[in-house]
Amino acid sequence: MDARVAPLLEIKGLKTYFNSDEGQVQAVDGVDISINRGETLCVVGESGSGKTVTAMSVLKLIAMPPGRIAGGQILWQGRDLVPLNSSEMNKIRASEIAIVFQEPMTSLNPVYTVGDQISEVIRLHQGLSKKAAMERAAEMLALVQLPNPQRRIHDYPHHFSGGQRQRVMIAMALSCNPKLLIADEPTTALDVTIQAQILDLLLDMKERLGMSIMLITHAMGVVAEVAQRVVVMYAGRVAEEAPVERLFANPRHPYTQGLIRSIPRIDLAAVKKSRLESIPGSVPKLINPPEGCRFASRCRFAIPDCTRAQPELREIEPGHKVACIRAEETLL
Amino acid sequence: MGNYLLRRLIVAVPSLLGISLILFVLLALAPGDPFGELATNPNVPPEVREALRVKFGMNDPILLRYVRWLIAMMHGDWGFSFASRVNVDTLILQRIPTTLYVVGTAQILALAVALPVGVLAARRPYSIFDQIANTFAFIGFSLPTFFTGLLLILIFSVNLGWLPFVYRADLQATGWQWWWESIKQAIMPITVLGLYQAASYTRYVRSAVLDVIKLDYVTTARAKGLDERKVIVKHVVRNALIPVVTLVALQMPTVFGGAIVTEQIFRIPGIGSLLISAILANDTPVIMAVTFVFACLVVLFNLIADILYGWLDPRISFR
Amino acid sequence: MAGLTHASPSVEAAPVAASGKRRFSPGRDALRRFLRHRMAAASILVLALLALSIVLGPLLWRIPINEIDFTARLAPPSWEHPFGTDDLGQDLLARMIYGGRISLAVGFAAMGVALIVGIVVGALAGTSKGPVDAALMWLTDLFLSLPQLPLLLLIIYLFRDFLKGWLGPEGGVFVLIVLVIGGFRWMPVARLVRAQFLSLREKEFVEAARALGASNVRLVVRHILPNALGPVIVAGTIDVAAAIIAESTLSFLGLGFPPDIPTWGRLLFDAKDYLDIAPHWALFAGGAIFLTVIAINFIGDGLRDALDPRKVM
Repeated sequence: MDARVAPLLEIKGLKTYFNSDEGQVQAVDGVDISINRGETLCVVGESGSGKTVTAMSVLKLIAMPPGRIAGGQILWQGRDLVPLNSSEMNKIRASEIAIVFQEPMTSLNPVYTVGDQISEVIRLHQGLSKKAAMERAAEMLALVQLPNPQRRIHDYPHHFSGGQRQRVMIAMALSCNPKLLIADEPTTALDVTIQAQILDLLLDMKERLGMSIMLITHAMGVVAEVAQRVVVMYAGRVAEEAPVERLFANPRHPYTQGLIRSIPRIDLAAVKKSRLESIPGSVPKLINPPEGCRFASRCRFAIPDCTRAQPELREIEPGHKVACIRAEETLL
Repeated sequence: MGNYLLRRLIVAVPSLLGISLILFVLLALAPGDPFGELATNPNVPPEVREALRVKFGMNDPILLRYVRWLIAMMHGDWGFSFASRVNVDTLILQRIPTTLYVVGTAQILALAVALPVGVLAARRPYSIFDQIANTFAFIGFSLPTFFTGLLLILIFSVNLGWLPFVYRADLQATGWQWWWESIKQAIMPITVLGLYQAASYTRYVRSAVLDVIKLDYVTTARAKGLDERKVIVKHVVRNALIPVVTLVALQMPTVFGGAIVTEQIFRIPGIGSLLISAILANDTPVIMAVTFVFACLVVLFNLIADILYGWLDPRISFR
Repeated sequence: MAGLTHASPSVEAAPVAASGKRRFSPGRDALRRFLRHRMAAASILVLALLALSIVLGPLLWRIPINEIDFTARLAPPSWEHPFGTDDLGQDLLARMIYGGRISLAVGFAAMGVALIVGIVVGALAGTSKGPVDAALMWLTDLFLSLPQLPLLLLIIYLFRDFLKGWLGPEGGVFVLIVLVIGGFRWMPVARLVRAQFLSLREKEFVEAARALGASNVRLVVRHILPNALGPVIVAGTIDVAAAIIAESTLSFLGLGFPPDIPTWGRLLFDAKDYLDIAPHWALFAGGAIFLTVIAINFIGDGLRDALDPRKVM
């Protein structure tokens, strides 16, 4: 740990495993991610890459059993969260690290008004009276640009549309001024037009409240739009990490290259009628995963050495790390 | 909410009509004649009998007879008990508070057992506690009430001599003594009925909690930093109660069936034991009326369940 | 990512692994799941033993059920009378065997009635749209809210003498009890079958079969029933237990079979006045009902695990 600027959150060698009937699923297997103050970090990868499990591990929201954190550290402002008990974790949840989930339709409790649900977290962490907490809940709804906040706090979730519910979720997450907001695919379940609005809202809130955002997504388009730094995950490991411009300008991991090529481009499609590229195959099963590089079976540049040992995450230029033994070769 | 209530009431009316129709058709189809006593009595000449039939409308079309019978039932004109020599409605009104007291207390006992046990079992599925609870639930609803009743009598009345096995409405004691006697005589019937229901309810609660506990909004509640107890009580149990209410309402016919048996075993003077003694005495008006009252009670409790359901689930009342 | 798996991401990884290696036929898979339910597997044994002893019992234990022996009144279990005797000195083992035949016969026959009525009503409702469907479902709901025991008692009270004259005292009551108990337990089956119809009606293979000119009856028997079979079998199993309890309840109230026929419920009814001097009488009869019912309930639970995997937690 050097003395320059200590990261806000530093995940070191995190391993989260799940027990299943078939064996142990190594959903996250040695992940290093760090987030600085005021930074927007995107974690990108396809389904099953372990990005959601990583996020849930940070807040220790993994169901245990069957899940468990099998190794590594989660340093929050220098303090390891892994050994904390549940009441110590509860002081950090929502008040320091908040989270917004993918499914706004099911993430709110249907039997309480949104005002009840937002004020619940405010009262818990800030000790406000019920009335003051309701006032604050209405302010939060106004902040996330929901019209008529004073009236709408008395409405139930089923009175809101999907996009509105996601605004409510964001209002709830931000109501205790967290230093870090984890947004787990917050726009995936929404209409395209709403997606952009929610992303704008998140960035706007970040500027106003001065927090960091860890945005989990599978859409490279979203990454290009909002990220400062990007972590690409594959099969429970980090494949590549770089500032956003470097990643798009010079992707070094074949998987990252594949992801970037799979972004639909209207301009190119119109000119060349080129077909959208996709990466053949799917994420390997994470029970007894293959030796060596987990991407090797889908990688068109794989050589025998790739399957011998797990490639380490190496820094090939300042701030740009790649887990590929052929990262320095020009393969494109 | 008012609108919802009205709609539920309107739904309840046809089911009451349906039940009354079933009762009436049964009675009309039944071989023999309510005037059978007169028919076999040689002192009544056939002309008189015929005149009586006309007077009571026995020769009218069946639909007309049904409407007339229904109107009489609604007026509380339930006939005259051959055996007890009083009006049926008086008889039932005397008996019904005891039945409601026993059934109501037993339901409270059942829920008081089932809610905590079911929630705890679902918190740690397949744990030792869950398996023990599950086994007891199976034993509970496989033990018929008439057998548990006898077992309790055998243990607590015959062997230990702690509790009386006959329930008395007319206790001789006064003051504290009266209370003590009342509680003592109610323990066994309420336990028998309550634990039998608790067995099924435990399974309902467990599976409802298991369904809710994996939903996203429970994770949201945890992410808020609420402690686990509060997450379970406020966010899981509150939502799990919604399906449980429906299942409990579906159990109402069984509950009242169990009440009949329990009243019979412990000789509780409620409408259940009234029904049995009326059947043994061939007292048709009482049998019809008690059956109809049981049907009304089931419909009434279903209505209460509907109201509870609408109150528990804000999505319902606005649909 | 599926979105509903926040709490247990293991679920999404499992199918990938499962599809690879094991290939069980559905039947073997169901059997494996059933046998994993240890209580259900044990219950099969218990029930088989019970059934065997009830069927073969009279061949081995030849004391008549109505042999009165006043010298051995209310005798506790002994080598001569393994289950003891009743107040008339009649051998309880012989009477229990006889009663077991009635209980199981009533249970399975009532289940048959419930299944037939349920499948017919469910199929009718599922194939007909609009008012017929609505009326049948209203009827189903109505039956679900009927107070069954009082109605059971009422019907038996009203019709007992009529059927007795027609089919004899034992046969008449048997038919009546089976019909009435079955007639009050068809509703869950009807709902299951109807739901299966509604979900399958739009499926391609049913459309295809219809396009090929399959009749409705054929469609029901060949395509829809097999798909509804699992849940229906589970419901049927529970019906057997419920019917046995219902019959015992009637007998216990003294309103079931005629007094001289020793059903298990009747034995309890007679025994309840001798709890203090001859508790074995009630215990054997009640224990037999309990053992049978719990075995059937466990088997039902095991079948649910085996045939209705959606319900498995």
